[in-house]
Amino acid sequence: MTQVAYTVKLGKLNSLTETPTHYCAGCEHGTLTRLIAAAIDDLGIREKTVMIDSVGCSVLAYNYFNCDHIVAAHGRAPAVAAGLKRVHPDLMIFTVQGDGDAASIGLLEMIYAAKRSTPITVFLVNNAIYGMTGGQMAPTTLEGQVTTTTPFGRDALLTGTELDASKLISTLDGAAYVKRVSLAVQEISSQRGKVYTIKNLLDAKKSVENAFKVQALGGFAFVELLSTCSINWKMSVLDAKRFVNDKVVKKFPLGLYKDTFGVERQ
Amino acid sequence: MGRSRVYLKGNEALAYGALEAGLNAYFAYPITPSSEIPETLAKEFGNKKYPEYKFFLQAASELEAINMVIGAASGGARAMTATSSPGFSLKQEGLSYAACMELPLLVADICRAGPGLGNLGPEQSDYFQGTKGGGHGSYRLIVLAPATVQEMGLLPRLGFDLAFKYRNPVLILGDAFTGQLKEDVEFPELKPESYDVSGWATTGAKGRPPHIINSLELDYQKHFKHIGRIYEKYQRAEESEVRFEEYHTEDAESVIVAFGIASRIAKGAVNKLRAKGVKVGLLRPITLWPFPRRQLNALASQGKRFLVVELNTGQMIEDVKLAVGNGVTVDFLGKWGGVVPTEAEIESKLKRLEVVAV
Repeated sequence: MTQVAYTVKLGKLNSLTETPTHYCAGCEHGTLTRLIAAAIDDLGIREKTVMIDSVGCSVLAYNYFNCDHIVAAHGRAPAVAAGLKRVHPDLMIFTVQGDGDAASIGLLEMIYAAKRSTPITVFLVNNAIYGMTGGQMAPTTLEGQVTTTTPFGRDALLTGTELDASKLISTLDGAAYVKRVSLAVQEISSQRGKVYTIKNLLDAKKSVENAFKVQALGGFAFVELLSTCSINWKMSVLDAKRFVNDKVVKKFPLGLYKDTFGVERQ
Repeated sequence: MGRSRVYLKGNEALAYGALEAGLNAYFAYPITPSSEIPETLAKEFGNKKYPEYKFFLQAASELEAINMVIGAASGGARAMTATSSPGFSLKQEGLSYAACMELPLLVADICRAGPGLGNLGPEQSDYFQGTKGGGHGSYRLIVLAPATVQEMGLLPRLGFDLAFKYRNPVLILGDAFTGQLKEDVEFPELKPESYDVSGWATTGAKGRPPHIINSLELDYQKHFKHIGRIYEKYQRAEESEVRFEEYHTEDAESVIVAFGIASRIAKGAVNKLRAKGVKVGLLRPITLWPFPRRQLNALASQGKRFLVVELNTGQMIEDVKLAVGNGVTVDFLGKWGGVVPTEAEIESKLKRLEVVAV
């Protein structure tokens, strides 16, 4: 079994309030909240960070992150972020968007923020479904996947194939950092039977930090985080994690898509 | 811009007026007949005469532009965008959010003929959308209606003042005519106002609790209170911010009610009729919201009759009728599709009104 060296900061983070999150059991939004807050703490930027809350499961994030917030309209978070950044270039501005928010109704806002090298950080939580509205088809829903608006499975002839946001954004000259990671813990076999590794989470943690560093260097940073939605997928939490690591990653391969400043090598 | 008299298009005057008022950031999307506004502001970007003017960007869509304005306004900046009717429809989402988020920002709509693409001629058919809260939810914009190029130049300052005073979006509702018309303008020698935004702007939570600019409130009772507080704010604006011009109304038997370019044509008709001894006057709302309903009501109680002249099929007339109450003659002359009424048409309509009333 591979031994991975890691550090996880336990206890209270300055960038988090003490409000318990509303996220469902097994959902990785809570994990991401902690990873982002840890990165903000470690980089010492809380007092100059503004979060643009998007419409989707992360819309109540203003209750959790101990920093300034603007709650944007559905899909418009990158535009709101860009407007604020242009009048306050010293602020660190980030959004957490869902796949419906960023890749459907707000696709234009996301593409143009990247195209113009807007120095902001976008975290896209891709759980292949509209979670908050109760499990409808997202642009990232897998072909054949059952949702409340594709009850017989997503028909690619009618609705097209999965929209790959990381691939799309990485084609834009203005994007400085594009990475896709998984927030789902992975099941691996060992001599002691099946165990779970948090290797994915450690990679995600590093990517979250890098995404802020890239913004500080003046670049547009984009991290797509594959996540589960066990409630709307109608799976157990563990089955949902397996689904991400076995099925979703095949359509949405993990990896570094772009790193203009070479922050991954540092 | 010098302090002397300059000869400008209405749209150019609006752009310089915004700069004179201390504009910080402009987010553009081109649309005829408003495009001279972003063109002027693009040209003047970097001009040392306007040290407050920090950012100009052409957005990818009307939606992106208004949401960038929302972001900049959240940071306490004097932010603005301008558009024309089809674009103004697209702005409604952002304006609804901005009203609920209590953001001070300025939008100009240089109204053209609608619905749909319509044409590039002047109309005043965005009156409903501007004054009734064109997006979803209970809210209002403060709406200013310029009738001259001079006013196009002066109203941005009043617009920013009111936006920051009430923390609410302000709309300058012009029309293709006042936007394209060239006239003399003078800008008074006035420094931009300073506004205290430290209590709410999202500038980083340093040494203070976080500021949260938000339109979401899942607790019904709390949202009831929030909207109630905004409603009270609107009631205060209705008390103190009504602006209008009266012209020969005192002894008038008939009063024309018109705003923007229609009011100037009406003024010409009033002058001609007065020369013939007809007792006619003009009431020109400068604030379309809050609407000068008390003044109209007072005129109605003196037994006057009204003729509403608009470049649409009848929008402001509804507010005039509400203001004057039942049993008062309110006639209407409307032109639309880019067509404007002539002084002669207003005269003959008024004559009929006089006959009917007698």
